[in-house]
Amino acid sequence: MTVNTSRRGFLKGATAAGAVLVVGLRPDGALAAGNTQAQINPFVKIGADGRVIAIVKHFEKGQGPTTGLSTLIAEEIGLRMDQIDYEFAPSNPELYANLAFGPFQGTGGSTAMANSFQQYRTAGAAARAVLIEAAANAWGVDAATLDIADGMVTGGGQSAPLGDFVEAATALEAPSEPVLKAPDQWRLIGNADVRRLDSAIKGDGRAMFAMDVHLPNQMVVMLARPPQTGGLVAGFDDSDAHHIKGFIRAATLPNNAAVAVYAEDTWAAIQARDALSVEWDLSNAETRDSSQIKAEILAALEGDAEYNVLKNDPAPMDAAATTVEQTFYFPLLAHAPMEPLNCTIEANDDGGITLHDGAQMPTGPHMALAQIFELPMEKIRINTMLAGGSFGRRATPTADYQVEAALAFMITDRTRPVKLVWSREDDVRGGYYRPAFGHKVKVGLSEEGEIVAWDHRIAGQSIFKGTAFEAMIVHDGVDHASVEGVADTPYNIPGMHVGLTDTKKATSTLWWRSVGHTHTAYAMEVMMDMAARAAGRDPVEFRLAYLGDSTDAKRKAAVLKLAAEKASWGAAPAGRRQGIAVHKSFGSYVAEVVEISGSAEDGVQIEKITCAVDCGIAVNPDVIKAQIEGGVGYGLGHAMRDEITLTGGVVDQSNFPDYEPLRIGDIGAIETHIVPSAEPPTGIGEPGTPPSAPALANAIASTGPRVALLPMVNDGVSFA
Amino acid sequence: MSQRLKLNGVEHEVDAEPGTPLLWVIRDELKLTGTKFGCGVASCGACTVHVDGEPMRSCQTYIEDVDGAEITTIEAIGNTAAGAAVQQAWQELDVVQCGYCQSGQIMSAVGLLTENPKPSVEEIHDYMHGNACRCATYQRIRAGIQRASEIMEG
Repeated sequence: MTVNTSRRGFLKGATAAGAVLVVGLRPDGALAAGNTQAQINPFVKIGADGRVIAIVKHFEKGQGPTTGLSTLIAEEIGLRMDQIDYEFAPSNPELYANLAFGPFQGTGGSTAMANSFQQYRTAGAAARAVLIEAAANAWGVDAATLDIADGMVTGGGQSAPLGDFVEAATALEAPSEPVLKAPDQWRLIGNADVRRLDSAIKGDGRAMFAMDVHLPNQMVVMLARPPQTGGLVAGFDDSDAHHIKGFIRAATLPNNAAVAVYAEDTWAAIQARDALSVEWDLSNAETRDSSQIKAEILAALEGDAEYNVLKNDPAPMDAAATTVEQTFYFPLLAHAPMEPLNCTIEANDDGGITLHDGAQMPTGPHMALAQIFELPMEKIRINTMLAGGSFGRRATPTADYQVEAALAFMITDRTRPVKLVWSREDDVRGGYYRPAFGHKVKVGLSEEGEIVAWDHRIAGQSIFKGTAFEAMIVHDGVDHASVEGVADTPYNIPGMHVGLTDTKKATSTLWWRSVGHTHTAYAMEVMMDMAARAAGRDPVEFRLAYLGDSTDAKRKAAVLKLAAEKASWGAAPAGRRQGIAVHKSFGSYVAEVVEISGSAEDGVQIEKITCAVDCGIAVNPDVIKAQIEGGVGYGLGHAMRDEITLTGGVVDQSNFPDYEPLRIGDIGAIETHIVPSAEPPTGIGEPGTPPSAPALANAIASTGPRVALLPMVNDGVSFA
Repeated sequence: MSQRLKLNGVEHEVDAEPGTPLLWVIRDELKLTGTKFGCGVASCGACTVHVDGEPMRSCQTYIEDVDGAEITTIEAIGNTAAGAAVQQAWQELDVVQCGYCQSGQIMSAVGLLTENPKPSVEEIHDYMHGNACRCATYQRIRAGIQRASEIMEG
């Protein structure tokens, strides 16, 4: 592995403002598998004042990479957390690729820490090495006698801030394989007292989200989009909009997908769009009701499956003494992040374009904008800003909202920046939903109550087919995201058959916090519960019987046991009932016990959720706890009462009053226990979500109805 | 039309038609972006500001209705004892995740503690019901309010 410490062009420019050390790693090393290009890959900047800046290649939507990746750099250099700042990396898929995605920069699949752990520690260690060497040279001592702690280089009776050596360090070549600190030397990694770096600015109004961009002379654009998927603009009348102060003009986008309303500010744009009258061509628009879509999905669970994902052998089921059977339905769901979608585009003096965006997958809009403006990639810049949530919505394979902004900007004279703003109604009605899915599962049990067969049918709308990511995820016709969590379950289930049938999309679909696991965990864990009860066995003990000696199974068993122990499983307080679920997703294992009071008829109250998580090395334990808390809330809130429905192809919901978010009183305390681990870090943004809803369903079913058609309020459950 | 507005202790002349939501005057005209747009229909609380010390949803508060009123936003709430306590508690407990709703959460929490310095869990739930957090940071919001109450007690 070759490591470079200097980047001459950059340094020359930076010298005037004080020496800046850029530590980078050539991507032809092990850090960027398969990439042989020679650009350096900078992750660390250090000013002569000793301030260290971590260059963060992942966007921040609350899941914590600004703190997490900075922790890795600070740990290896030898800093306190108050001695490091962060900046978002520019868009550059060669330098800042997500190593889990290939040559593509982006955040998703809970990979931020997993793919950065080695890379960022190595970058920090390389920086430390040259700083120590520079100090050793200055003091005429052996580098091996020096150390850096709290930002001070010390040894041989001397001590000085690391900033004193930055300039000299820029002339040095870093070791090809910098020595990383051993886990017993870690002071920050695994330290539960490490605080988020973005807390203060998010508590006093300083945090700048993409929605907060105000460029000089910018126009605000809102779009009038067709009421149904597939509709096109046939014409419009903007005469009433001309009475709105601040209205500039309206124009049809070149792809006929919407009418753009240009205004001086947001309120003018909102009013002018309301005043617009648009004629739509709906000849190719979706016209189905969601009840039809549901019926189509449930029908697709019968008969032969389109794909036999796991072997189809009817013999084991024939040997069953008893069977347990259940059909499940999971509706369309919107992501509804708090910050409505938006981005801003401006022309640069050099003929290029800058996009200001809470960019989840910068490479997507980067390529789209290069194509739209017919510019080389290096002429497109992306300024990644804080994102007010996403849950997957800011990453679409089509770069949907960035393309809208680009088209709206393209048809102007490009002298004024264009800020595209979505309203909440645009967001709730804007498609890219968690696809609707159905499962039908039949479990065969022996006389002794052991599983002998598990026939699992899945039908729904593929997320990845027809997208740029199809080749990565779809194999032999099977979209892995439709069956993940079932076909690859760590449970050792005998006689398992998994069949998949794709159904026709009614609207655009997208990954939604935990992707396929949003529905597969529910079906798996509810069936496990039903099978355990049919066999007259304890649900924890029953599950453990199918978790064998593989590392995978042992880790899953460990979180199951830990959650059960911490929740006092089987000994709920009077008036309370418990349900449990455990699921592996994104490399991590999470078990949750949901404790409820009340009843399905009179109102269920969610009193307490006890969680156990194994996500490998816990870099920032408090961030991990926060992600589990958030993941549980996201999973439960939607399972309780949310769905997107269509009437004649038109989305029935429009805003929070009818797509009701989880509220503060809806759930009680969430307690999270982290399994100590020396394994490499795995995902944490998503894995808290999958077990939450089935654990709730299992708690409700302990004395009440079995809930299988979501949301729960549609299947006989009321909430207090 | 021109109108006077007193915001964070400073008098402003703003150019806004009657019926303009206070939210857009604060964000687009005065460029104070800590107050957030979340829903536009007063059902998420991200736009909460104080009008004469009372939390109000600025997306449904019109410019003509705040003539002569004292408006405080997240940028200045730290100047009050309750505001400083809530901000300190929020940092101690790392309440925030994405952070987009947190200006509104903090403005509401300050309203609650000003009215009721030692709220029960039920009182917290009732008062904070209208402030949505899609990251579901609710348990830390609850704990943050309780911690701020302790800080205020001294």
